[in-house]
Amino acid sequence: MGKRVGMEVAIASAEAAALCKFDVASVYPITPQSHVAEHLSDIVADGRVDASFITVESEHSALSSAMGASATGARVVTATSSQGLLFMGEVMPITSAMRLPIVMIIANRAVSGPINIWNDHSDIMPMRDTGWISFFADNGQEVVDMVIQAFKVGEDRRVMLPVNVNMDGFQLTHVVEPIIMPDQEEVDRFLPPYKPYAALHPDNCVSMGTLGMPEFYTEAQKSKDVALVNSIKVVCEVWKEWEQQFGRKYEPIQTYRTEDAEIALVTMGSMGETAEIAVDELRREGVKVGLLKIKLWRPFPFDDLKKAIKGIKVLAVTDRACSFGGPGGPVFSEIRSALYDVPKKPKVVNYLIGLGGRDVSVENFMDMVRRAAKGKLKEPYEFYGVRG
Amino acid sequence: MIEKKGPETWQEINPGCMVFRKGSASEYHTGSWRAKRPLWENEKCIKCGVCYIYCPEGCITEQQDGFFDANLDYCKGCGICAHECWPGAIKMVNEEE
Repeated sequence: MGKRVGMEVAIASAEAAALCKFDVASVYPITPQSHVAEHLSDIVADGRVDASFITVESEHSALSSAMGASATGARVVTATSSQGLLFMGEVMPITSAMRLPIVMIIANRAVSGPINIWNDHSDIMPMRDTGWISFFADNGQEVVDMVIQAFKVGEDRRVMLPVNVNMDGFQLTHVVEPIIMPDQEEVDRFLPPYKPYAALHPDNCVSMGTLGMPEFYTEAQKSKDVALVNSIKVVCEVWKEWEQQFGRKYEPIQTYRTEDAEIALVTMGSMGETAEIAVDELRREGVKVGLLKIKLWRPFPFDDLKKAIKGIKVLAVTDRACSFGGPGGPVFSEIRSALYDVPKKPKVVNYLIGLGGRDVSVENFMDMVRRAAKGKLKEPYEFYGVRG
Repeated sequence: MIEKKGPETWQEINPGCMVFRKGSASEYHTGSWRAKRPLWENEKCIKCGVCYIYCPEGCITEQQDGFFDANLDYCKGCGICAHECWPGAIKMVNEEE
């Protein structure tokens, strides 16, 4: 049942893609994703996977050529971060509109300016509405598992959508973690070879990326939305299957000690593990606190959220990105809106934390819980720990 | 409005809006955008075919007599043929004329 290894998480994410026997990797390097790009290139150069590595001049070209390759029926992986993801932004909605199941490994990093290479989620948040499935990993093991799951979900005939796997830059990418690396035959059993719905080939007639006039555009958008909304069933099904085969459980919203909780933290990504320790500490003091870790950001798991908040009086939602001039962080506004029609809904407060790589400690999380207990902060959203 | 064959409901949209019918783009008559059309004066034409080569729409073809003409279903009236025609055999005339 796999081999326990000590491996840098960025390298492990590329190894996970190799286990999926990708046909094409099209990647442009950018900190803190560079080790993913380098290692994918190594894997291809060493002949470990029968694949092509496309060296491109930019991220825009990386995703564009990835789409070209995917349109021929290839299994394609790409990876990026921060400004690179923003540069891919022009292509992102086309990838999903063309229903090409590319898997993108994202090393989440703050967006400039000021120039900052460290971790937060301000790169992926502007990509929220591009029609991709978005996974968020807590740790190295989840990164490896989610990369493999992503191919299975995206390539499912009921889905046919691109998937991005988000791992926090540096906090995950540059950390050596103990990881159970699945065996090749286990992955082969889990992930069948990719059979595309349609592929560009001289013998087959198909037009992709066609023009959509005003009389068809609305129908095209509705069809894409329905595909993304319905994909949650397949995500859960694939996660169930993963649990049965590999013994590790995945849920759209993973709860931690929420059984009798009156207050709960909400996190996305690697800070969930720090928050868990804070919950343990507070529980020792007798505070009825729990934690909600969002693993599936798109499609948003509305039903899972409604189940998870039962009995909770206050939700302290943490965001790793700002929505300048908006109602609060993107996760906060999503959750508050999702709860609008719920009769017994908790109060929701918002902390913007860990921006541009700022450390967030166990004590910080404990402080957030204590101050959120009243159900109201001084401001609609608080830049946690801001000086001045 | 030009009559087009296409999906009526969102359920009928193929995944990725893929089109499996051959040559379906030819059903879209882009010539309807045109404000000006090219007019050949065959007495000035030397049958060099420069208009045919430069037409970005590929709608100019050689006729049986060796002179050239545009398929007005697809000609957008861009005027590149008239601009490139060095003997000056092509004039762009307003559609309403």
